[in-house]
Amino acid sequence: MAQAAAVAKRPPGVPGPSRVPRRRRTGATPRRLPYLLIAPAALLMLGFIAYPVLSVFYYSLQHYNPTKPWRNGFAGFENFVKAFTEDPQFWSTLGFSLQWVAVEVTLQLLLGLGLALIVNQTFVGRALSRAMVFSPWAVSGVLTSTIWLLIYNSQTGITRYLADVGIGSYGTSWLSDTSTVFPAVVTAELWRGVPFFAILILADLQSVSKDLYEAAEVDGASRIRQFFHITLPHLKDAIILSTLLRAVWEFNNVDLLYTLTGGGPAGETTTLPLRIASIAVDSHDFGYASALTSIAFVILLFCSMVYLRLSKFGGDDK
Amino acid sequence: MITKDADMVETTAPPAPAAPPAMSGPAPRRRKRAWDEPPRWQIYVPLGLYLLFTLIPFYWMLLFAIRPAGSTSLLPWPVTFEHFEKVWTERSFGVFFQNSLLVGVASMLMTTVVALAGGYALARFDFRIKRGFMLALLCSQFIPGALMLVPLFQIFANLRMINSLGSVIIAETVFQLPLSMILISGFIRNVPYSLEEAAWVDGCSRFRGFCAIVLPMLRPGLIAVGSFAFVHSWNHFLFALMFLSNQEKQTIPVGLATLMSADSVDLGALAAGGVVAAVPVVIVFAFIQKWLVTGFSAGAVKG
Repeated sequence: MAQAAAVAKRPPGVPGPSRVPRRRRTGATPRRLPYLLIAPAALLMLGFIAYPVLSVFYYSLQHYNPTKPWRNGFAGFENFVKAFTEDPQFWSTLGFSLQWVAVEVTLQLLLGLGLALIVNQTFVGRALSRAMVFSPWAVSGVLTSTIWLLIYNSQTGITRYLADVGIGSYGTSWLSDTSTVFPAVVTAELWRGVPFFAILILADLQSVSKDLYEAAEVDGASRIRQFFHITLPHLKDAIILSTLLRAVWEFNNVDLLYTLTGGGPAGETTTLPLRIASIAVDSHDFGYASALTSIAFVILLFCSMVYLRLSKFGGDDK
Repeated sequence: MITKDADMVETTAPPAPAAPPAMSGPAPRRRKRAWDEPPRWQIYVPLGLYLLFTLIPFYWMLLFAIRPAGSTSLLPWPVTFEHFEKVWTERSFGVFFQNSLLVGVASMLMTTVVALAGGYALARFDFRIKRGFMLALLCSQFIPGALMLVPLFQIFANLRMINSLGSVIIAETVFQLPLSMILISGFIRNVPYSLEEAAWVDGCSRFRGFCAIVLPMLRPGLIAVGSFAFVHSWNHFLFALMFLSNQEKQTIPVGLATLMSADSVDLGALAAGGVVAAVPVVIVFAFIQKWLVTGFSAGAVKG
């Protein structure tokens, strides 16, 4: 099989090296080699990804709580029924998750696209500007929380300095007020998330053929028309892929919300994964947490499929 | 990098702003340049605003970290290192730093080696389960690490690895692997197969040919993938939070979260801890920054 691949890769008409070494190589590289090479990765993924996924589905059908072992046993769909009918927090956390993902991904995409278009221009200080605007990409969710907690804290945070110049009042914290907490956490996550889009889109921008722009210019197309008719279609696949990945990641984002607001105030910023984590950590109701996890899986998978189908991903060149 | 850009700018940028109004009118060539490039202010104004949004938070953290407790000055003067001393010894960030470094370096090495082997198989061989395996790699991107905490905790409890850094290293490695493998197999595909074949003709074994021909050409790609893995493990929070309960085993993100969850947060210490957490990733980032864009545009992401 290895030999077949080698032959297929050689351009037609080019004589290969003499047959002898090739035959010897096929002897030296048995058909087992590719399997041996992927074995470590495959075993790790089977043990620590596939098995946990299956066990989540299994436990979702069980009552399983290490602190209440007398209740453990088969539950059927009781955990799911509980989520959909008895647990008001399920619907509110799911609603907030969707709101969080929609707002974050939309704003990150728009700002990231704008930023990529700007730093793709030629100007003095471009390399340094790129390094600086991309730098929050490397910062963790917890460090982002740290920084924005310093900015939002009620005594020495930004509100104090705003109050000094007559805006707002002293001692307010945007994180503990239900009307300001959402924009406050959205801003913090934007700070970290925009560079991701900017880097991916900038990478894709570099492969747009310059000829297209020149041709468009000869035809008298304005820069705005060039953007909508050349740049945007070229970026389509990159945008679809990055928004999808980002949406999944933002849905699963626990670090930032857990440390910045802890899901509060009054459960206002609790996403579904945050609720699952707190059920698992605080009440050890692993069965119910697993059921919620299964629901989250199905939602993610379903939304991803619909999104890829609707956006006709990769449809142009296949 | 900087000098190269500056050179490029020299040749293209000056005409627009430098054209003196007294001149009878720009030459046609210049007018074309001004047309096909946006006016300078359309670049610098939004860029400047965005830079402020990016840099002020960093400045804010640095300010809190080096100004004395209780100060409200917006300029970092006088400078004090009391917060750093406190956080490094009293809050045991010195220990956390070592743990984070160990986790970061170990999972970087494991990820790179395992992904290199798998990536080579995916790039150079056709085998029966290849398509299925690639699909599994892609699908695993949709599996949330956060939602796997419970089963992973049980696995590591059964392996008696709770409270050992090994559990975190394995978990980080496993969740880095799929993307790293996809990236590396893309990089390997960019190395012409004929070079390897030539080495075999000269009598090299497959392994020696790989080490002598492919590995040197992969260096930029491996640096990028390894750095991703390091930054990711350094930053990751949930696994360490869940699997490590001994204080002397914890990592920097957990230490930061502990500082934040205190009843009255010591802002100076928190800021100093943040600076400690930021320094290694900023160094790594400065190192790989230019690979980021080129690495992705090599088509690796598109598969």
